[in-house]
Amino acid sequence: MAKLHFERPIIKKLNVGISNKFGSKTEFEPITEIDGVDIKELIVKYGSPLFIISEKTIRETYREAKQTFESRFPKVQFAWSYKTNYLDAVCKVFHQEGSWAEVVSRFEYEKALENGMPGNKIIFNGPDKTEDDLKIAIENESYIHIDHFDELYSIMNLSEHLKKKPKVAIRVNMDTGVYPMWDRFGFNYENGEAWEAINKILMNDKLELVGLHTHIGTFMLSANAYHIAASKLADLAYHIKKKYNHTIQYIDMGGGFASKNTLKGAYLSGLDTSPTFNDYAEAISSALLNSEIPPDSLPMLILETGRALIDDAGSLAGSVIAIKKLSDGRRSTIVDFGVNILFTSFWYEHKVTPAQGFTQYSETSSMYGPLCMNIDVIRETITLPPLKKGDNLVVSRIGAYNMTQWMQFITLRPKVVMIDLNGTTHIIRNNESLKDVKGLESVPEHLKKISK
Amino acid sequence: MKINKKIAVSESGFVFDSSTGDSFSVNPLGIEIIGMVRDNKTEDDIRKILSEKYEVSVPVLEKSLSDFIGSLRSAKIIED
Repeated sequence: MAKLHFERPIIKKLNVGISNKFGSKTEFEPITEIDGVDIKELIVKYGSPLFIISEKTIRETYREAKQTFESRFPKVQFAWSYKTNYLDAVCKVFHQEGSWAEVVSRFEYEKALENGMPGNKIIFNGPDKTEDDLKIAIENESYIHIDHFDELYSIMNLSEHLKKKPKVAIRVNMDTGVYPMWDRFGFNYENGEAWEAINKILMNDKLELVGLHTHIGTFMLSANAYHIAASKLADLAYHIKKKYNHTIQYIDMGGGFASKNTLKGAYLSGLDTSPTFNDYAEAISSALLNSEIPPDSLPMLILETGRALIDDAGSLAGSVIAIKKLSDGRRSTIVDFGVNILFTSFWYEHKVTPAQGFTQYSETSSMYGPLCMNIDVIRETITLPPLKKGDNLVVSRIGAYNMTQWMQFITLRPKVVMIDLNGTTHIIRNNESLKDVKGLESVPEHLKKISK
Repeated sequence: MKINKKIAVSESGFVFDSSTGDSFSVNPLGIEIIGMVRDNKTEDDIRKILSEKYEVSVPVLEKSLSDFIGSLRSAKIIED
């Protein structure tokens, strides 16, 4: 006779008090598969922990966002934010869907070129572009978004040497009513610095001012801030036309759209509080359409949203290493994925779900990663069914930033697989080996022998 | 080890200590173990019975059982 499923025995003291109207338990169904592929089979085949990317979810999310904006504004172009997830396979899905590339470093720029992006579909952002970076970008006719006056002067010098007219935009920072104000990137709107940069560009003929760019913050829970930002950029574009008879070809609203993750300390779930694509699209397009720009010369709207497009497509499958009791009787669950590969644990109350069936019983514990470091906390408190060593878990909505901000710390980074539209799984980044890490090191001759 | 006489256990997993007024919720396997303690089974007996009945490795079973019995002791549900 087949043996029964074992659920660890638990006892929980019942406390009489005011009940939590939002309930304490968050997981009601296990996540046993992603796009029809069994989680446990994936772990057996590729190891634990394992990053899993759903191509289907990327495409569906992208199409939803695109359709939402295109139904409100005539000219919309997405540019995939490489820093959010620059695994080639992920970038290529976005490029196949029609996204340009938005990069912030030479490393990302070269990745975009190697991913088949022509230079004139690459937006080069960021404060650190060397003369050589700028030269390559000018020669490839990429869109250079100028961050500061030093960069502006460098580009002007280079344009003389190269006998080319670089296509540029300026990044504008501004007060959108949101605190803290992001004023470290670009030129300020309110103090006139943005106009100073515009005047410098348009009063000599060395650069072609094609766009205006802003990026007002990250994980923006207020769609209205985008309305204010778009209104200010539209106002600049309108007055540039009036003063210089120069048409701005695009307004780039940057990124910063929130995903459905729940920020640490938030009372309500991100599912209930994060604005939708509809909210952002309405805020931005209404500001541009209601501006003084004539309808027949509306600029193209560029969006560099990253997090909201990729977070849902990524999951991290892992395993329980141990269940412990802390000094005060609280439980702790130790899992095989730490903050070194799940960097977003510092910001989010990640949704963690068992990958096997469970009963209605639950217990509260802390969830710690495997690193021998006190900061390695995945969840301070989480209420889950009784888990035991070897059980599997799935962390949802981790597609953004983890696979770029992860650290090779103490251990080696795991595989990343992508499930394609047919349910076939592909390794899109292999796990690291000791050889990979040591390959970059060298030991001076006098240290090669440890015995004298 | 035996169950404290002041403890009432329902089939649905509700445990009540009439001496303190404390109440507890226990999952099905926990109820099964409390039942075996009531039937005067030793920890070794319980381990053997569960090992034959459930799909679980020996170390996980041993650890889970001793952990649970420890919790019952600290809640004064069982006494030696």
